[in-house]
Amino acid sequence: MIEIVGLTKCYGAFTAVDSLDLVIPPGEVFGFLGPNGAGKTTTMRMIAGILQPTAGTVRIAGHDLKTAPLKAKRSLGFIPDRPFIYEKLTGMEFLRFTSGLYGETGPAIEHRGRELLALFDLERWQDELVESYSHGMRQKLIIAGAFVHRPPVIVVDEPMVGLDPKSAKILKDLFREYTHRGHSVMMSTHTLEVTEGMCDRIGIMQRGKLVACGTMQGLRGGASEDDALEDIFLRLTGENVAREVMAVLDA
Amino acid sequence: MREMRATARLDAAVLEASTTHSASALHLLLPKWRMAFHRMKQNKRGDFRRTVVVTVLALGFLAATFSIALKLLKYFKGAEDIGAVLAGKVLAMILMAFGSILLLSNVVASLSNFFLARDLDQISAAPVRAWSLYLARLSETALHSSWMVGLLLLPILSAYGVAYHGTLAFIPFAFAVMSAYLLIPSALGASITLLLVNIFPARRTRDLLSVITALSVAGLVLMFRAARPERLVQPEGFKTFTDFIVALDTPSSPWLPSEWVSEALMGWLDDGRVWQPLLQLWALAAVLVLVGGLLHTRFWRRGFSQAQEGQQRRASTNRQRPLLDRALSWLSPVRRELILKELRVFARDSTQWSQLIMLGVLLVVYVANVRYLPLNGEGMTTLLRNIIPFLNLALAGFVLASVAARFVFPSVSLEGRSLWLLRSSPLSMHDLLWAKFWTGVVPLLVVAMALVGATNALLHVQPFVNLVSLVAIAALVFPLTALALAFGTFYPRFDSENAAQIPTSFGGLLFMMTAIVLIGVVAYATGRPAARWVVAGHFGWARDPMQMILPFVVGGLVCLTATIAPMTLARRRLSGLELG
Repeated sequence: MIEIVGLTKCYGAFTAVDSLDLVIPPGEVFGFLGPNGAGKTTTMRMIAGILQPTAGTVRIAGHDLKTAPLKAKRSLGFIPDRPFIYEKLTGMEFLRFTSGLYGETGPAIEHRGRELLALFDLERWQDELVESYSHGMRQKLIIAGAFVHRPPVIVVDEPMVGLDPKSAKILKDLFREYTHRGHSVMMSTHTLEVTEGMCDRIGIMQRGKLVACGTMQGLRGGASEDDALEDIFLRLTGENVAREVMAVLDA
Repeated sequence: MREMRATARLDAAVLEASTTHSASALHLLLPKWRMAFHRMKQNKRGDFRRTVVVTVLALGFLAATFSIALKLLKYFKGAEDIGAVLAGKVLAMILMAFGSILLLSNVVASLSNFFLARDLDQISAAPVRAWSLYLARLSETALHSSWMVGLLLLPILSAYGVAYHGTLAFIPFAFAVMSAYLLIPSALGASITLLLVNIFPARRTRDLLSVITALSVAGLVLMFRAARPERLVQPEGFKTFTDFIVALDTPSSPWLPSEWVSEALMGWLDDGRVWQPLLQLWALAAVLVLVGGLLHTRFWRRGFSQAQEGQQRRASTNRQRPLLDRALSWLSPVRRELILKELRVFARDSTQWSQLIMLGVLLVVYVANVRYLPLNGEGMTTLLRNIIPFLNLALAGFVLASVAARFVFPSVSLEGRSLWLLRSSPLSMHDLLWAKFWTGVVPLLVVAMALVGATNALLHVQPFVNLVSLVAIAALVFPLTALALAFGTFYPRFDSENAAQIPTSFGGLLFMMTAIVLIGVVAYATGRPAARWVVAGHFGWARDPMQMILPFVVGGLVCLTATIAPMTLARRRLSGLELG
């Protein structure tokens, strides 16, 4: 599980994330929404230990990221929005390296790596250099790398970008099955249909603050049962969109 | 209470370290080995030809360095009393110069390796211990920064071994000495970078690099001046021969590791102290690595986080059109935007800036060397002072070719994956290339004028010599830029992320070879008649202006052709380039 208390990140006078409190329990897929620049990626990078918070604490699977960073990170699989992979490694070599970072080696990892590559149709590419992979293939390799050490928590920033429909479906099933086994997934995405269909709870971030958080039912509140997530999202983050579009086109 | 909390935190850290498995430094280096292996295994068209050319050139260079060094050392050995001392002194000076360059290059490389490398995101999100990361990155930094110096030292140290009849055991001994010596600037550079990144706001990385530059340039020039190398070739400058011997025998900087290296190596070859300086070297290296490791454990995470923030910095908050934008308003919008894009991308690329620092240092050292040329002794006549600028022309041309290789050659490669945007727009490749040409020519002209103008001023040359050398170097700038651009277009490396690595390609080598031929032709065409003119004037001989005009016209035509032809070929090539 992920426990976030008073998480804040300031860049000089600009506050990117403002006193965020959030708990993602085991067995939950949590959808993290918000307009561009709302602070989602900054939050996720703080949870991954890449950025240091200005204030607040993050606990992953019970381990404080500040006082026990190695244990906390060992429990985490992070999939960034702009993945970097060593171009001159093969797919399998990349998976071996990634699992080695988490202290896992040996035949079991080899087997698991091959299974994951097969799941994403990368099996016959496993000995090819990453430089020959397409964007979607790289994305799938990164996702496989996050699962290879079986962390209890997965934090993923924009997972569906570049994936073909089959891989997107596999990923959704994988997340769902993973949480059924008691693990947690925190996912940031702009694809509202995916969020609505997959996530147990949804948080909406706006200007560094969590402006809404709950189940679809809870987010609808007293509004109509037919309200789609898009309506709720736009109501909370940008109800003037249509008017602004007209104004810009006429400008 | 605070102490108790600190102790508890320490306990938790120790407990965590002892119970959590973490990747070792070797594991972190694994992808680098594998990548190097795959690169070697990949056989692309022209690889064999490339390998042959590079090997022949490298061997030729090593052989030439070895023979020059050996000749010099044998000459020193001829002086019975002071030969070995003089040889040791020269070695210490070479090492001091290399050491200061190494320190600077390690500081810059540490910034990339420890804070800006793209794989750090993955590694910092994984349970990797600070010590493992430190040792892995230190090894990489040391290797990247030192291999070239190591290669240069190979023929020099071999010449010492041969000249002083060192046995085979000299090879492992020299290796042990040099390993410690190369480790020292690496560990020191990594710690300096760490502290600077933590002290300065990371969003001002460029300011930080400027500080490093200023300090390094000052340090380098001061150290070089402290050694006063010109005194060694001018024994007549000392009051007595004893003074000269004393100056030779006294280490100019006894606390510098370069002196210890020289002492250990010369001690081995000439029966002097060996183990104490070796021990000093390794002790210092070990202390610096240890202190660096402790500092990284404490401060790296903070520094890395700050470096991330620096990447998200807003470029400018000024809503007004920038000055340069307004200054270029006479150009068509397409050309103006292209030139502005070139300048902005260059100014915001930290890898370009780090190279600019190295260039700045080299230029200062170059001018400083001319300043301190021993031209005041007897026999140094006005005539010689006025001939040297023409030799300087060839050397300055070479410096400009290196600058063009570094900054103009990668220009097309750096478009990389964004070339689709330019190719799919209604922009002619002619405009694109000429925009790149002019953004290369203007700064190169400034460097050329400053370099040749400053050296001419320091040498107090005649106005005629000054004019000819300035016109010749200015004329060279145009073809050098065009050739760099053309070779960069014919041999692009679109996959490279680091601009500094692009000129080290085969295309870069071909460009340098072509540039050297061109510089030779132009320097000969203009320098020879101009030098004859000066000589004739000095001795009062008759001078025929026609003997000057014809070679100058030839030189001018060569420059013009070498500008237009490569640009035309590059445009054709770029228009026909298939983008993957």
